[in-house]
Amino acid sequence: MRFGRLACFAYLLAFFTYLFAPLAVMGLTAFNTASFPSAWPIEGWTLDWFAALARDGEMLYGLRNSLWIGLLVVLVSVPTGLAGALMMQHIAPSLRGVYYVLAVAPVLIPGVIIGIATVIFWREATLNAGLRFLYNGTLLTVMGQSSFIASYCMLIFIARLHRFDRTLEEAAADLGAGKTTIFFHITLPFLRPAILSAAVLAFLSSFENYNTTTFAILADKTLTTVLAGQVRQGTTPSVSALAVLIIGVTTAAFLLVEFWRGGDWRRRRAALA
Amino acid sequence: MAAEVGIERLSVRYGPVTAVDDVTLTIGAGEFFSFLGPSGCGKTTLLRSISGFVEPTEGRLAIGGKDMRGIGPNRRPTALIFQSLALFPLMTVAENIAYGLRVRGVAREARRRRAERLLQTVALEGYGDKPIDQLSGGQRQRVAIARALAVEPEVLLLDEPLSALDLKLRQHMRNELREIQRRVGITFIYITHDQGEALTVSDRIGVMSRGRLEQVGAGRELYDAPETAFVASFVGEANMLAGTVRERHGEEAVLDSALGPLRARNPRGLLAGSRAVLFIRPEFLLPCAEGEPANRIGVRVAGLAYEGSATHVSWVTPAGEKLLSLLGPRDAAPPAPGGAAMLGFAAQDALLLPPQELAA
Amino acid sequence: MTASDGHIYLLLAVAALLGLLLLWRLARRLRRGPPRRPGFFRRTGWPLGLFLVVMVGTWLIVMVVLPQLFMIDLSFRPRLPLAQMGGPRDIYTLQNYRYLLFGSTVSTESWNAVHLRALGLTIVSAMLITLFNLVLCYPLAYYMGQVAGPRGLRLLLLLLIAPYWLNDILRAFAFRILFAESGLLNAMLLGAGLLDRPIDFIGQNIALYACLTYAYMLLMLFPLYNALEAFEHSQAEAARDLGAPWWHIHLFVVVPAVKGGIASGCTLVFMLATGALAAPLVLSGTSVLWFTPIVYDRFYQVFNWPQGAAYAFALLAICIILVIALLRRLRLSLTDVVR
Repeated sequence: MRFGRLACFAYLLAFFTYLFAPLAVMGLTAFNTASFPSAWPIEGWTLDWFAALARDGEMLYGLRNSLWIGLLVVLVSVPTGLAGALMMQHIAPSLRGVYYVLAVAPVLIPGVIIGIATVIFWREATLNAGLRFLYNGTLLTVMGQSSFIASYCMLIFIARLHRFDRTLEEAAADLGAGKTTIFFHITLPFLRPAILSAAVLAFLSSFENYNTTTFAILADKTLTTVLAGQVRQGTTPSVSALAVLIIGVTTAAFLLVEFWRGGDWRRRRAALA
Repeated sequence: MAAEVGIERLSVRYGPVTAVDDVTLTIGAGEFFSFLGPSGCGKTTLLRSISGFVEPTEGRLAIGGKDMRGIGPNRRPTALIFQSLALFPLMTVAENIAYGLRVRGVAREARRRRAERLLQTVALEGYGDKPIDQLSGGQRQRVAIARALAVEPEVLLLDEPLSALDLKLRQHMRNELREIQRRVGITFIYITHDQGEALTVSDRIGVMSRGRLEQVGAGRELYDAPETAFVASFVGEANMLAGTVRERHGEEAVLDSALGPLRARNPRGLLAGSRAVLFIRPEFLLPCAEGEPANRIGVRVAGLAYEGSATHVSWVTPAGEKLLSLLGPRDAAPPAPGGAAMLGFAAQDALLLPPQELAA
Repeated sequence: MTASDGHIYLLLAVAALLGLLLLWRLARRLRRGPPRRPGFFRRTGWPLGLFLVVMVGTWLIVMVVLPQLFMIDLSFRPRLPLAQMGGPRDIYTLQNYRYLLFGSTVSTESWNAVHLRALGLTIVSAMLITLFNLVLCYPLAYYMGQVAGPRGLRLLLLLLIAPYWLNDILRAFAFRILFAESGLLNAMLLGAGLLDRPIDFIGQNIALYACLTYAYMLLMLFPLYNALEAFEHSQAEAARDLGAPWWHIHLFVVVPAVKGGIASGCTLVFMLATGALAAPLVLSGTSVLWFTPIVYDRFYQVFNWPQGAAYAFALLAICIILVIALLRRLRLSLTDVVR
């Protein structure tokens, strides 16, 4: 059994080394003074690359676009995902299977194909309808990304609705509430945590998306496409600086949420004791 | 304001399954009426039809004289107390109680006052701002009742509301419900599978089995004069002996059973030659001395259960049939298990009923 | 038959399909008698019901179905300047598929070795990556699902999620630095004396495989973990009690029980690996290995959109066929797979 324990430990060590290697690399190159991104040898320590990042106009422009598109995607995907989940509940059982396949298909279809198809469709549609102004990178990216991000949101809402006590809706009806009132008074408040998670997921998925965006954005740019261009052409470690920033911000946010939630949990425990 | 509930030939069918079968009944305004029956007998479906969650397949339902067809649960003059209570977890006690008023557009001040008054009615003063998850079972019950009363329904429907409570609390709440009903004066329709509960609280009881209404009457009627074997066995305990009617003598008849000829009342007028079941309550089937009542059965003691105020004695006949007696503190003590005795009963204490497949 | 006629036919086909669906439902309803459930709009109320139908309809039809249909439609049409589209030269043709298979729009003499090889290699590589990922993640998923306590689990989850804040491009970039000839890995191996000369990881596509495996580890891990958490440990104990060695238990008791989770992970990883774009663009070696960048080129290098559409559709079709085959083989349905 000793061999088993050793093998287990070796496996975990190898696994987590593999897992954190790219982060380590990013960390090293971001602070390394070498002008070409390299993790080894370390020539010196510097924060210059972070400064270079702040001056990089293209990057900042892409960042702004990514944030804006992210916001739009949240505004489109979350209500759509919610509608999708509710539809799942109310649609006739015989249609439910087909509906589910359709609604979940965007998750499985490769992102590039979604991007391609979206561009093709909108090009022909706007061309034939004379609505040329609708054919722009931002709209197309929002449409393309939302098609599968709405599916993610839908899955989150379905999971949450699974735990919903339907008799609460009946009780509200019994007390005189109409269907729409019930939805706003009872169902929606219950879904609030899910709306939050779905919004966060939608934003993050949109922000980091490349495959669909690179086709749908047409001549415009987002942060990821700017990055792709820079990385392919050879770049300075300012890209690593960006990576370190992203990891730093998201890890901090994550820890903050964990801490806040953990604190809440501790408070509840104290209250019940 | 109480209303009368008129149910006419109501049936609810789900494809091949009949949940409620041709029920006709009038529940008087201000009555405390209970539907009693085992699970699956259709009482819940019937209740949900009255409250509007289930559309009947056939038949007519009228509340306060008005036909309820096509009227949804939110527009009926009924309020339902769910088995799980269905209190809104994201609202406080007062918000729960005032919800019906909020939906009707009552102003916040007026709602608060009404909620306060209702909290007094159900003895939960001061609990208005508490969240629901901090209440005990009995307290939640009362919030559910207050919430239902807030909308001033003409009929209050209760779906086995006490089943989740422990025994002592259940008994206490039973009396409270009865009290509240008397005070508020509206029609209560109560469903339960516990016959002791039904007998305690109700003015009248409707016994249901497999979707059909077996018998309707006050507790006493059901106990003393059951009309079917199901009612006889479900309400209170009963000894049932099967046999064939041999001859009739006016109000009474003689049954040919495995234990010999037995004489009993025949209120249903069962004909000679038909199969029947003789039914007698354990308190009337007692050990007797020689030369006593006409009906006698030789038995041995199978078991004794001393319960303080009474003793349950189970007997076994030579043929292996089981019988039950209830002995009071003043009756002679029974023999020890295995001992022999002679049981007897008077003809007028026993009934002949048509045979029926009883629920397991 | 011009393509503009074709569009009308397309729309007619969709309408006919919908009509058939409705008719079928009507027929079923007439056979069974009045429905026991109230209709859709009675259940939801008109405002909400309308909202649902409009949102879901727009989403599924405008954002999912129609784009795919238009892409498929375009793949069967020739490359024309914008002005001439819909005109008399816009006819239905197989020329784009011919190009994919044979390297030319007219002749079928020789096979399009480069592209077909890339397609084949992509599929095979994606399968290998999926398999490797499965083997890599299974032990950890088992540990998390069956062995780890709640504290250890939280720690593991925290550790696992952290590296995924990097997006595709940054990740590929990091791997490029890691695996470059002058990169970290080579430096370490040289320094440790295990190598005389640096290995060309990138040229040999090892970097690409490593990056793609890494990218989808979580997607394999979580479905596996969910399935393994639900697995009844007593089954494994019973097998051990009957004398089976540990590898036998895993192979014949645990794995069949969690095949839903396995299929889920594998499907997701395979589909995503096949469609990967960022990593191949950044990390490709000397040979043209991945198919997706070829599709990309059709659009933004060669500017032949119909061809690109044909390539994309071919890729999609093959993926779908393979996934359905896998699900059939394991006797699972789609609902089991997408959690």
